Amino acid sequence: MTAILEVAPDEIRPRREAALEQMGIPRGATVPPHVERLYESAAEIFAETVAPAGVWNEIAVEAFAAVYRGEGRNAPDSPVLEIFPKAERLALFAVTIGGATSAALQRCFEAQDFALAYTLDAIASVAADDAADLTERRYAAALRADGWDTPDGDVLRYSPGYCGWDVTGQRRLFAYLQPEAIGLTLTESCLMQPLKSVSGVMIAGPRAIHRFRPTYPFCDRCETRTCRERLRTLFARREPVPYPERRHDRAG
Amino acid sequence: MTVLAEIASAVIDGDHDRVGALTRQAIGERLSPQAILDDGLIAGMTVIGDRFREHEIFLPDVLLAARAMYAGMDELRPLLVRDGVPSMGKVVIGTVRGDLHDIGKNLVGIMLKGAGFEVIDLGHDVAPEKMVDTAVEHGASVIGMSALLTTTMGAMSDVVALLKERRLDGRIRTIVGGAPVDEAFARTIGADAYGFDAGNAVDVVKRLVGRA
Repeated sequence: MTAILEVAPDEIRPRREAALEQMGIPRGATVPPHVERLYESAAEIFAETVAPAGVWNEIAVEAFAAVYRGEGRNAPDSPVLEIFPKAERLALFAVTIGGATSAALQRCFEAQDFALAYTLDAIASVAADDAADLTERRYAAALRADGWDTPDGDVLRYSPGYCGWDVTGQRRLFAYLQPEAIGLTLTESCLMQPLKSVSGVMIAGPRAIHRFRPTYPFCDRCETRTCRERLRTLFARREPVPYPERRHDRAG
Repeated sequence: MTVLAEIASAVIDGDHDRVGALTRQAIGERLSPQAILDDGLIAGMTVIGDRFREHEIFLPDVLLAARAMYAGMDELRPLLVRDGVPSMGKVVIGTVRGDLHDIGKNLVGIMLKGAGFEVIDLGHDVAPEKMVDTAVEHGASVIGMSALLTTTMGAMSDVVALLKERRLDGRIRTIVGGAPVDEAFARTIGADAYGFDAGNAVDVVKRLVGRA
Protein backbone atom coordinates (compact mmCIF):
# COMPACT_ATOMS: atom_id res chain seq x y z
CA MET A 1 0.00 0.00 0.00
CA THR A 2 1.61 3.26 -1.16
CA ALA A 3 0.07 6.59 -0.46
CA ILE A 4 0.89 10.19 -1.13
CA LEU A 5 -0.34 12.05 1.88
CA GLU A 6 -2.19 15.18 1.05
CA VAL A 7 -2.18 17.64 3.90
CA ALA A 8 -4.00 20.91 3.85
CA PRO A 9 -1.85 23.71 5.31
CA ASP A 10 -4.48 24.46 7.95
CA GLU A 11 -4.08 20.90 9.26
CA ILE A 12 -0.58 21.92 10.39
CA ARG A 13 -1.27 24.98 12.44
CA PRO A 14 1.32 26.71 14.63
CA ARG A 15 0.99 25.57 18.23
CA ARG A 16 1.80 28.48 20.48
CA GLU A 17 2.45 26.67 23.77
CA ALA A 18 4.59 23.96 22.21
CA ALA A 19 6.60 26.45 20.16
CA LEU A 20 7.22 28.71 23.15
CA GLU A 21 8.29 25.70 25.17
CA GLN A 22 10.70 24.78 22.40
CA MET A 23 12.09 28.31 22.81
CA GLY A 24 12.77 27.71 26.48
CA ILE A 25 9.68 29.51 27.76
CA PRO A 26 7.95 27.14 30.16
CA ARG A 27 4.23 26.49 29.96
CA GLY A 28 2.36 28.87 32.21
CA ALA A 29 5.12 31.49 32.21
CA THR A 30 4.13 35.10 31.65
CA VAL A 31 5.14 35.85 28.09
CA PRO A 32 6.36 39.44 27.61
CA PRO A 33 4.40 41.44 24.99
CA HIS A 34 7.41 41.77 22.67
CA VAL A 35 7.81 37.99 22.63
CA GLU A 36 4.08 37.64 21.90
CA ARG A 37 4.53 40.00 18.97
CA LEU A 38 7.48 37.97 17.74
CA TYR A 39 5.40 34.82 17.93
CA GLU A 40 2.56 36.43 15.98
CA SER A 41 4.96 37.63 13.26
CA ALA A 42 6.60 34.22 12.98
CA ALA A 43 3.23 32.44 12.92
CA GLU A 44 2.17 34.70 10.08
CA ILE A 45 5.29 33.84 8.05
CA PHE A 46 4.73 30.18 8.81
CA ALA A 47 1.12 30.31 7.61
CA GLU A 48 2.24 31.96 4.38
CA THR A 49 5.00 29.45 3.66
CA VAL A 50 3.94 26.04 4.99
CA ALA A 51 3.31 23.47 2.25
CA PRO A 52 3.11 20.06 3.91
CA ALA A 53 3.31 16.79 1.98
CA GLY A 54 3.98 13.20 2.87
CA VAL A 55 4.33 9.71 1.48
CA TRP A 56 4.29 6.22 2.90
CA ASN A 57 4.93 2.82 1.42
CA GLU A 58 4.23 -0.47 3.13
CA ILE A 59 7.11 -2.87 3.48
CA ALA A 60 7.42 -6.51 4.56
CA VAL A 61 9.23 -7.30 7.80
CA GLU A 62 12.04 -9.09 5.93
CA ALA A 63 12.51 -6.21 3.51
CA PHE A 64 12.54 -3.72 6.36
CA ALA A 65 15.28 -5.76 8.06
CA ALA A 66 17.51 -4.95 5.09
CA VAL A 67 16.50 -1.28 5.10
CA TYR A 68 17.17 -1.02 8.81
CA ARG A 69 20.53 -2.76 8.52
CA GLY A 70 21.53 0.08 6.22
CA GLU A 71 25.26 0.43 6.02
CA GLY A 72 25.90 -1.51 9.21
CA ARG A 73 26.44 1.51 11.42
CA ASN A 74 23.52 1.06 13.83
CA ALA A 75 24.00 0.42 17.53
CA PRO A 76 24.29 -3.35 18.12
CA ASP A 77 21.07 -3.34 20.14
CA SER A 78 18.23 -0.91 19.71
CA PRO A 79 14.49 -0.61 20.36
CA VAL A 80 13.63 -0.83 16.64
CA LEU A 81 15.60 -4.06 16.31
CA GLU A 82 13.58 -5.47 19.18
CA ILE A 83 10.21 -4.19 17.99
CA PHE A 84 9.95 -4.53 14.22
CA PRO A 85 10.08 -8.37 14.03
CA LYS A 86 6.84 -8.35 16.08
CA ALA A 87 5.10 -5.93 13.73
CA GLU A 88 1.90 -6.90 11.96
CA ARG A 89 2.26 -4.21 9.33
CA LEU A 90 5.00 -1.68 8.63
CA ALA A 91 5.39 1.29 6.36
CA LEU A 92 8.28 3.57 5.56
CA PHE A 93 7.28 7.21 5.54
CA ALA A 94 8.56 10.71 4.93
CA VAL A 95 6.81 13.99 5.53
CA THR A 96 7.85 17.60 5.14
CA ILE A 97 6.43 21.02 5.80
CA GLY A 98 8.08 22.14 2.54
CA GLY A 99 11.07 24.26 1.66
CA ALA A 100 9.51 27.70 1.72
CA THR A 101 9.48 27.91 5.53
CA SER A 102 13.16 26.95 5.72
CA ALA A 103 13.96 29.55 3.08
CA ALA A 104 12.06 32.21 5.05
CA LEU A 105 13.97 31.19 8.15
CA GLN A 106 17.26 31.58 6.33
CA ARG A 107 16.24 35.03 5.12
CA CYS A 108 15.48 36.07 8.71
CA PHE A 109 18.95 34.98 9.80
CA GLU A 110 20.58 36.76 6.89
CA ALA A 111 18.67 39.93 7.81
CA GLN A 112 20.07 39.49 11.34
CA ASP A 113 16.54 39.15 12.67
CA PHE A 114 17.66 36.37 14.98
CA ALA A 115 14.73 36.46 17.37
CA LEU A 116 12.21 36.13 14.56
CA ALA A 117 14.29 33.36 12.95
CA TYR A 118 14.51 31.50 16.22
CA THR A 119 10.76 31.78 16.81
CA LEU A 120 9.98 30.63 13.28
CA ASP A 121 12.38 27.73 13.70
CA ALA A 122 10.55 26.65 16.85
CA ILE A 123 7.14 26.84 15.15
CA ALA A 124 8.45 24.91 12.13
CA SER A 125 10.05 22.18 14.25
CA VAL A 126 6.83 21.61 16.17
CA ALA A 127 4.88 21.62 12.89
CA ALA A 128 7.16 19.01 11.29
CA ASP A 129 6.55 16.72 14.25
CA ASP A 130 2.83 17.38 13.99
CA ALA A 131 2.95 16.48 10.30
CA ALA A 132 4.61 13.19 11.21
CA ASP A 133 1.92 12.57 13.84
CA LEU A 134 -0.71 13.19 11.22
CA THR A 135 0.99 10.70 8.86
CA GLU A 136 0.94 8.11 11.60
CA ARG A 137 -2.78 8.62 12.23
CA ARG A 138 -3.60 8.49 8.53
CA TYR A 139 -1.67 5.22 8.20
CA ALA A 140 -3.50 3.72 11.17
CA ALA A 141 -6.83 4.75 9.65
CA ALA A 142 -5.84 3.27 6.27
CA LEU A 143 -4.88 0.00 7.93
CA ARG A 144 -8.22 -0.20 9.71
CA ALA A 145 -10.03 0.53 6.47
CA ASP A 146 -8.00 -2.35 5.01
CA GLY A 147 -9.30 -4.75 7.68
CA TRP A 148 -6.55 -4.48 10.31
CA ASP A 149 -8.43 -5.05 13.54
CA THR A 150 -5.91 -6.20 16.13
CA PRO A 151 -7.38 -5.57 19.56
CA ASP A 152 -5.33 -2.90 21.32
CA GLY A 153 -3.49 -2.34 18.05
CA ASP A 154 -1.74 0.93 17.33
CA VAL A 155 0.93 2.55 15.17
CA LEU A 156 4.15 4.17 16.38
CA ARG A 157 7.01 5.59 14.37
CA TYR A 158 10.80 5.49 14.67
CA SER A 159 13.32 7.56 12.78
CA PRO A 160 16.95 7.25 11.62
CA GLY A 161 19.21 9.36 13.78
CA TYR A 162 17.41 8.33 16.96
CA CYS A 163 17.48 5.34 19.30
CA GLY A 164 20.56 3.73 17.78
CA TRP A 165 19.34 3.83 14.16
CA ASP A 166 22.20 5.56 12.37
CA VAL A 167 21.40 8.43 10.01
CA THR A 168 23.05 6.52 7.15
CA GLY A 169 19.92 4.35 7.30
CA GLN A 170 18.28 7.14 5.33
CA ARG A 171 19.93 5.94 2.11
CA ARG A 172 18.09 2.62 1.93
CA LEU A 173 14.95 4.18 3.30
CA PHE A 174 14.98 6.76 0.50
CA ALA A 175 15.85 4.13 -2.12
CA TYR A 176 12.76 2.15 -1.14
CA LEU A 177 10.37 5.02 -0.50
CA GLN A 178 11.46 7.45 -3.21
CA PRO A 179 10.12 10.55 -1.47
CA GLU A 180 11.51 12.71 -4.26
CA ALA A 181 7.90 12.59 -5.42
CA ILE A 182 7.05 15.05 -2.65
CA GLY A 183 10.19 17.12 -3.14
CA LEU A 184 12.36 15.45 -0.50
CA THR A 185 15.99 14.71 -1.26
CA LEU A 186 18.95 13.40 0.69
CA THR A 187 22.33 15.06 0.98
CA GLU A 188 25.57 13.13 0.71
CA SER A 189 25.72 12.91 4.48
CA CYS A 190 22.14 11.68 4.75
CA LEU A 191 20.35 14.85 5.76
CA MET A 192 16.94 15.55 4.34
CA GLN A 193 16.20 18.62 2.28
CA PRO A 194 14.02 20.55 3.06
CA LEU A 195 15.30 20.50 6.61
CA LYS A 196 11.97 20.51 8.42
CA SER A 197 11.10 16.95 7.47
CA VAL A 198 10.70 13.64 9.28
CA SER A 199 11.21 10.14 7.92
CA GLY A 200 11.25 6.65 9.38
CA VAL A 201 9.21 3.54 9.83
CA MET A 202 5.68 3.25 11.19
CA ILE A 203 5.17 0.00 13.04
CA ALA A 204 1.66 -1.40 13.53
CA GLY A 205 0.88 -4.07 16.07
CA PRO A 206 -0.38 -4.57 19.60
CA ARG A 207 0.64 -1.62 21.77
CA ALA A 208 2.65 -3.91 24.04
CA ILE A 209 5.30 -4.57 21.36
CA HIS A 210 6.45 -0.97 21.66
CA ARG A 211 7.22 -1.24 25.34
CA PHE A 212 10.97 -1.13 25.98
CA ARG A 213 13.30 -0.13 28.78
CA PRO A 214 15.45 2.93 28.09
CA THR A 215 18.63 1.19 29.17
CA TYR A 216 20.48 0.95 25.87
CA PRO A 217 23.99 2.44 25.97
CA PHE A 218 22.91 5.45 23.91
CA CYS A 219 20.03 6.19 26.31
CA ASP A 220 22.52 7.56 28.85
CA ARG A 221 23.41 10.41 26.55
CA CYS A 222 19.96 11.02 25.13
CA GLU A 223 18.33 14.16 26.42
CA THR A 224 15.37 14.22 24.07
CA ARG A 225 13.71 11.29 25.85
CA THR A 226 10.80 11.56 23.46
CA CYS A 227 10.51 7.77 23.57
CA ARG A 228 9.15 8.00 27.12
CA GLU A 229 6.61 10.63 26.18
CA ARG A 230 5.67 8.60 23.13
CA LEU A 231 5.10 5.41 25.09
CA ARG A 232 3.17 7.19 27.82
CA THR A 233 0.86 8.66 25.24
CA LEU A 234 0.52 5.39 23.39
CA PHE A 235 -0.62 3.53 26.45
CA ALA A 236 -2.85 6.35 27.65
CA ARG A 237 -4.75 6.94 24.47
CA ARG A 238 -7.88 5.45 23.03
CA GLU A 239 -8.89 5.95 19.42
CA PRO A 240 -9.59 8.29 17.84
CA VAL A 241 -6.56 10.35 18.78
CA PRO A 242 -7.40 14.06 18.89
CA TYR A 243 -5.19 16.37 16.85
CA PRO A 244 -2.67 17.51 17.84
CA GLU A 245 -1.86 15.57 20.93
CA ARG A 246 1.62 14.21 20.74
CA ARG A 247 5.15 15.16 20.03
CA HIS A 248 7.70 12.62 18.84
CA ASP A 249 11.14 12.66 17.34
CA ARG A 250 12.27 16.20 16.87
CA ALA A 251 12.45 17.75 13.51
CA GLY A 252 15.57 19.76 12.78
CA MET B 1 23.72 59.57 30.74
CA THR B 2 26.75 59.41 28.43
CA VAL B 3 26.31 58.29 24.88
CA LEU B 4 28.16 55.05 25.68
CA ALA B 5 25.78 54.31 28.54
CA GLU B 6 22.89 55.11 26.20
CA ILE B 7 24.26 52.65 23.65
CA ALA B 8 24.51 49.95 26.32
CA SER B 9 20.97 50.72 27.45
CA ALA B 10 19.62 50.55 23.89
CA VAL B 11 21.36 47.19 23.36
CA ILE B 12 19.70 45.92 26.53
CA ASP B 13 16.33 47.16 25.23
CA GLY B 14 16.93 45.42 21.90
CA ASP B 15 16.34 48.70 20.06
CA HIS B 16 18.51 48.25 16.97
CA ASP B 17 17.50 51.53 15.31
CA ARG B 18 18.52 53.47 18.41
CA VAL B 19 21.79 51.58 18.77
CA GLY B 20 22.66 52.37 15.16
CA ALA B 21 21.86 56.07 15.62
CA LEU B 22 23.71 56.37 18.93
CA THR B 23 26.75 54.60 17.53
CA ARG B 24 26.83 57.06 14.65
CA GLN B 25 26.51 59.86 17.21
CA ALA B 26 29.40 58.47 19.27
CA ILE B 27 31.55 58.19 16.14
CA GLY B 28 30.62 61.78 15.29
CA GLU B 29 31.74 62.86 18.77
CA ARG B 30 35.11 61.23 17.99
CA LEU B 31 34.92 58.70 20.77
CA SER B 32 37.39 55.88 20.22
CA PRO B 33 36.00 52.86 18.38
CA GLN B 34 37.45 50.63 21.09
CA ALA B 35 35.54 52.55 23.79
CA ILE B 36 32.29 52.43 21.80
CA LEU B 37 32.74 48.70 21.40
CA ASP B 38 33.78 47.88 24.96
CA ASP B 39 31.82 50.42 27.02
CA GLY B 40 28.75 50.62 24.79
CA LEU B 41 27.96 47.54 22.74
CA ILE B 42 29.74 44.80 24.69
CA ALA B 43 28.77 46.37 28.00
CA GLY B 44 25.10 46.08 27.00
CA MET B 45 25.50 42.50 25.84
CA THR B 46 27.29 41.61 29.06
CA VAL B 47 24.27 42.77 31.08
CA ILE B 48 21.99 40.75 28.80
CA GLY B 49 24.21 37.67 29.20
CA ASP B 50 24.15 38.01 32.97
CA ARG B 51 20.36 38.42 33.06
CA PHE B 52 19.90 35.41 30.83
CA ARG B 53 22.23 33.37 33.01
CA GLU B 54 20.13 34.35 36.03
CA HIS B 55 16.93 33.35 34.17
CA GLU B 56 15.62 36.92 34.40
CA ILE B 57 14.97 37.09 30.65
CA PHE B 58 14.17 34.65 27.85
CA LEU B 59 16.31 33.76 24.87
CA PRO B 60 14.36 35.98 22.43
CA ASP B 61 15.46 38.96 24.54
CA VAL B 62 19.07 37.92 24.05
CA LEU B 63 18.52 37.65 20.32
CA LEU B 64 16.85 41.05 20.11
CA ALA B 65 19.80 42.54 21.98
CA ALA B 66 22.22 40.76 19.65
CA ARG B 67 20.50 42.24 16.62
CA ALA B 68 20.77 45.67 18.22
CA MET B 69 24.45 45.13 18.91
CA TYR B 70 25.01 44.11 15.30
CA ALA B 71 23.42 47.39 14.18
CA GLY B 72 26.11 49.19 16.15
CA MET B 73 28.83 46.88 14.85
CA ASP B 74 27.79 47.60 11.26
CA GLU B 75 28.58 51.28 11.93
CA LEU B 76 31.72 50.57 13.87
CA ARG B 77 33.37 47.80 11.86
CA PRO B 78 35.13 49.98 9.26
CA LEU B 79 36.71 52.03 12.05
CA LEU B 80 37.78 48.96 13.99
CA VAL B 81 39.45 47.64 10.85
CA ARG B 82 41.05 51.02 10.12
CA ASP B 83 42.45 51.28 13.65
CA GLY B 84 43.52 47.65 13.73
CA VAL B 85 41.49 47.02 16.89
CA PRO B 86 41.87 43.30 17.56
CA SER B 87 38.80 41.17 18.17
CA MET B 88 38.56 38.90 21.19
CA GLY B 89 39.61 36.07 18.89
CA LYS B 90 38.48 34.02 15.92
CA VAL B 91 36.22 31.03 16.35
CA VAL B 92 35.08 28.53 13.73
CA ILE B 93 31.74 26.95 14.58
CA GLY B 94 29.61 24.29 12.95
CA THR B 95 27.21 21.43 13.50
CA VAL B 96 29.05 18.18 12.88
CA ARG B 97 28.75 15.97 9.83
CA GLY B 98 25.44 14.15 9.59
CA ASP B 99 23.60 16.56 11.88
CA LEU B 100 21.25 19.29 10.77
CA HIS B 101 20.27 20.77 14.12
CA ASP B 102 21.93 24.14 14.04
CA ILE B 103 19.77 26.46 16.09
CA GLY B 104 21.89 25.92 19.22
CA LYS B 105 25.05 26.50 17.23
CA ASN B 106 23.54 29.68 15.79
CA LEU B 107 22.86 30.94 19.31
CA VAL B 108 26.45 30.29 20.30
CA GLY B 109 27.62 32.21 17.24
CA ILE B 110 25.35 35.15 17.96
CA MET B 111 26.49 35.32 21.57
CA LEU B 112 30.16 34.95 20.68
CA LYS B 113 29.85 37.86 18.27
CA GLY B 114 28.04 39.77 20.99
CA ALA B 115 31.06 39.22 23.20
CA GLY B 116 33.40 40.63 20.56
CA PHE B 117 34.64 37.47 18.84
CA GLU B 118 34.98 37.02 15.10
CA VAL B 119 32.90 34.01 14.18
CA ILE B 120 33.19 31.90 11.03
CA ASP B 121 29.97 29.91 10.94
CA LEU B 122 30.17 26.88 8.66
CA GLY B 123 26.52 25.92 9.15
CA HIS B 124 25.38 22.34 9.63
CA ASP B 125 26.58 18.97 8.35
CA VAL B 126 30.20 20.10 8.35
CA ALA B 127 32.97 17.64 7.49
CA PRO B 128 35.91 17.45 9.96
CA GLU B 129 38.38 18.47 7.24
CA LYS B 130 36.37 21.60 6.49
CA MET B 131 36.33 22.63 10.15
CA VAL B 132 40.08 22.21 10.51
CA ASP B 133 40.97 23.70 7.11
CA THR B 134 38.80 26.75 7.77
CA ALA B 135 40.34 27.30 11.20
CA VAL B 136 43.83 27.18 9.66
CA GLU B 137 42.87 29.42 6.76
CA HIS B 138 41.37 32.11 9.03
CA GLY B 139 43.90 31.75 11.83
CA ALA B 140 41.15 30.81 14.28
CA SER B 141 42.20 29.70 17.71
CA VAL B 142 39.02 27.80 18.60
CA ILE B 143 36.73 25.32 16.84
CA GLY B 144 33.24 24.98 18.33
CA MET B 145 31.23 21.89 17.45
CA SER B 146 27.58 21.13 18.06
CA ALA B 147 25.49 17.94 17.75
CA LEU B 148 21.97 17.06 18.81
CA LEU B 149 21.92 13.38 17.98
CA THR B 150 23.59 10.54 19.85
CA THR B 151 24.24 9.04 16.43
CA THR B 152 26.27 12.03 15.20
CA MET B 153 28.15 13.17 18.29
CA GLY B 154 30.94 10.73 17.41
CA ALA B 155 31.87 13.00 14.51
CA MET B 156 33.26 15.45 17.07
CA SER B 157 36.06 13.05 17.88
CA ASP B 158 37.03 13.01 14.18
CA VAL B 159 37.76 16.74 14.36
CA VAL B 160 39.80 16.37 17.54
CA ALA B 161 41.70 13.45 15.99
CA LEU B 162 42.38 15.40 12.81
CA LEU B 163 43.80 18.32 14.79
CA LYS B 164 46.10 15.92 16.61
CA GLU B 165 47.11 14.22 13.38
CA ARG B 166 48.08 17.59 11.89
CA ARG B 167 49.76 18.63 15.15
CA LEU B 168 47.44 21.60 15.49
CA ASP B 169 45.90 20.61 18.80
CA GLY B 170 48.09 22.97 20.80
CA ARG B 171 47.26 25.92 18.58
CA ILE B 172 43.59 25.34 17.87
CA ARG B 173 41.44 24.53 20.87
CA THR B 174 38.10 22.72 20.72
CA ILE B 175 34.81 23.20 22.52
CA VAL B 176 31.85 20.84 22.13
CA GLY B 177 28.18 21.21 23.01
CA GLY B 178 24.68 19.99 22.23
CA ALA B 179 21.99 17.92 23.91
CA PRO B 180 23.74 14.53 24.12
CA VAL B 181 27.16 15.98 24.96
CA ASP B 182 28.57 16.49 28.44
CA GLU B 183 31.83 17.21 30.21
CA ALA B 184 32.74 13.53 30.45
CA PHE B 185 32.20 13.02 26.72
CA ALA B 186 34.36 16.05 25.98
CA ARG B 187 37.14 14.56 28.08
CA THR B 188 36.73 11.14 26.50
CA ILE B 189 37.24 12.42 22.97
CA GLY B 190 40.04 14.76 24.02
CA ALA B 191 38.20 18.04 23.40
CA ASP B 192 39.55 21.02 25.32
CA ALA B 193 36.21 22.13 26.72
CA TYR B 194 32.46 21.67 26.96
CA GLY B 195 29.80 24.37 26.94
CA PHE B 196 26.45 23.50 28.49
CA ASP B 197 24.60 26.38 26.85
CA ALA B 198 25.28 29.37 24.63
CA GLY B 199 26.08 31.73 27.51
CA ASN B 200 28.40 29.24 29.11
CA ALA B 201 30.07 28.56 25.76
CA VAL B 202 31.06 32.23 25.55
CA ASP B 203 32.63 32.11 29.02
CA VAL B 204 34.47 28.92 28.14
CA VAL B 205 35.78 30.27 24.82
CA LYS B 206 37.01 33.40 26.63
CA ARG B 207 38.89 31.12 28.98
CA LEU B 208 40.33 29.08 26.10
CA VAL B 209 41.74 32.20 24.46
CA GLY B 210 42.96 33.67 27.75
CA ARG B 211 40.48 36.56 27.76
CA ALA B 212 38.33 35.48 30.71
